Amino acid sequence: MTMRLLSFCLALICAVSGQVQAQQGPLRIEITEGVIEPLPFAVPGFQPETAEAGQLANDIARVVSGDLVGSGLFREIPASAFISTVSDFNAPVQYADWKAINAQALVTGAVHVQGNSVNVKFRLYDVFSGAELGTGLQFSGTTEGWRRMAHKVADAVYSRITGEGPYFDSRVVYVSETGAKDARQKRLAIMDYDGANVQYLTDSGSIVLAPRFSPSGDRVLYTSYESGFPRIYVLDIGSVQRRVLQSAEGTMSFAPRFSPSGQTVVYSLAQGGNTDIYTMDVASGTSVRLTNTPAIETAPSFSPDGERIVFESDRSGTQQLYVMAATGGAPTRISFGEGRYGTPVWSPRGDLVAFTKQNKGRFHIGVMRLDGSEERLLTASFLDEGPTWSPNGRVIMFSRETQGAGGSSALYSVDISGRNLRPVRTPEGGSDPSWSPLQK
Amino acid sequence: MNRLLTTSIVVAALALGACTNPNRFGADGADAGVTAGANAGGIVPGSANDPNSTTYFQQAIGDRVLFEVDQSTLTATGRATLDGQAQWLMTNSDYQAIIEGHADEQGTREYNLALGARRANAAQEYLVSKGVPAGRLRVVSYGKERPIEICSEEACYAKNRRAVTVLAGGLTG
Repeated sequence: MTMRLLSFCLALICAVSGQVQAQQGPLRIEITEGVIEPLPFAVPGFQPETAEAGQLANDIARVVSGDLVGSGLFREIPASAFISTVSDFNAPVQYADWKAINAQALVTGAVHVQGNSVNVKFRLYDVFSGAELGTGLQFSGTTEGWRRMAHKVADAVYSRITGEGPYFDSRVVYVSETGAKDARQKRLAIMDYDGANVQYLTDSGSIVLAPRFSPSGDRVLYTSYESGFPRIYVLDIGSVQRRVLQSAEGTMSFAPRFSPSGQTVVYSLAQGGNTDIYTMDVASGTSVRLTNTPAIETAPSFSPDGERIVFESDRSGTQQLYVMAATGGAPTRISFGEGRYGTPVWSPRGDLVAFTKQNKGRFHIGVMRLDGSEERLLTASFLDEGPTWSPNGRVIMFSRETQGAGGSSALYSVDISGRNLRPVRTPEGGSDPSWSPLQK
Repeated sequence: MNRLLTTSIVVAALALGACTNPNRFGADGADAGVTAGANAGGIVPGSANDPNSTTYFQQAIGDRVLFEVDQSTLTATGRATLDGQAQWLMTNSDYQAIIEGHADEQGTREYNLALGARRANAAQEYLVSKGVPAGRLRVVSYGKERPIEICSEEACYAKNRRAVTVLAGGLTG
């Protein structure tokens, strides 16, 4: 195992996953072809290399397994089925023992802890080919950041086997909720993508809505009633300092999102009962109006190249999805199915738009291509809304509100294939998730 | 006179409270103060029987108008209520008002904010058309954030699709 810098390791991951994409070996999950059977893997513990490393070695192995199983693409073989163990990270692997229990992938690791610093090494083996898949990698960090190192290991395993970009080392900002529907208390919270490490960014003194990450993951846009009226704020996650974006007296602004450059915000502004879409230069506060109709135009989202904006409008009589140039101009309608379509979000890969669909009293999260073709509904419930994309464009998180007087809101995630619907556990209720880019 | 003064102070305090905290859906919960000052009995100034009281405005005239699903067009009942509100606001010219637009939960968050803005604006425009100076009225949309009824049935939804005229200011001199 050679010692490498983290940045070099990350470059290597990209190179390795590129190779895997071309390889036709058995240890390969083609997500686009539809995965029915999760791939069985084994993690025979991570080896503690120092006396202090025992607990963290266990914890890291557990988080790696949790990430892989949580993706819905992998199944963990329990330790009780193991024939052999791995007691030395550098010893040759007994492939026959792992083949016998049908472990197609084997993840081994070692953890070194000294004081506050942690070093994690791992190797991935393709059991049926009898070879290591990619090169062993290692990540260094502090004991506080141990979960991130576990997520990086899981990301590398996921990427090598699927050929997809990683997404486990990411965060989610969302609205944490308590209380009944008529007195709900809301505050902004941030957590790891899997629900760990929740921190609160605002108090619940005012209604807060729909936080959205900046492209670099360091700032959050959101709407707050702090002034008594809905206004857009930008909050620095590190310092938890916030400032309001300029808005004219007598107007309401909401539904903000950053452009891919992070320098422009696209948002909705309501004035005289009419809601249109504007952009604002964050530094200067100069705004430009992009739509000008008596209809409701809201929920704008930039394309990853920053050239276009997808949004919803009821100009046809019901909410539908439209695409226009980032500078405004005549939009093209893209949704033509039954029902109403709202909250469009452009995928980070640029290929799909996720949306909320309302039809016959039910709500759905769905995806379609940018020309409106290949519409696919991924969920159905009393009230699903507000999709957000994982950094690799493979998973969608959203909020689900339950019916009736005792109803509450919770976060869920689902694969873009429509499989692997699962709750994302949060300490309180949750709504309006926004998935960060992959952490640096 | 003594009693009148006391009542005035109470009303002034309530009005000031409303004035300094336009966000009445903050940490203190929903609709705080709507029924404050309600007082059954004889014609007590400031009570529901006093036509110049805020309680009278809220209860006898009616502080809210309701809307059909996904609509912001005022109904005949709604216009009649707003006629009463306009008259009251013209008589009690110390008061300003914030008109809140609300939606039921059957819709996406952003769309409902925009729909609430349409509803609040419809009520505001009607009041202005009846002579209330526009400068005394402000609008705010709460979308689906603050329902008053919490069942997931039309009986509740119908009450949640509303524009509420919330009085502020008055007797502050």
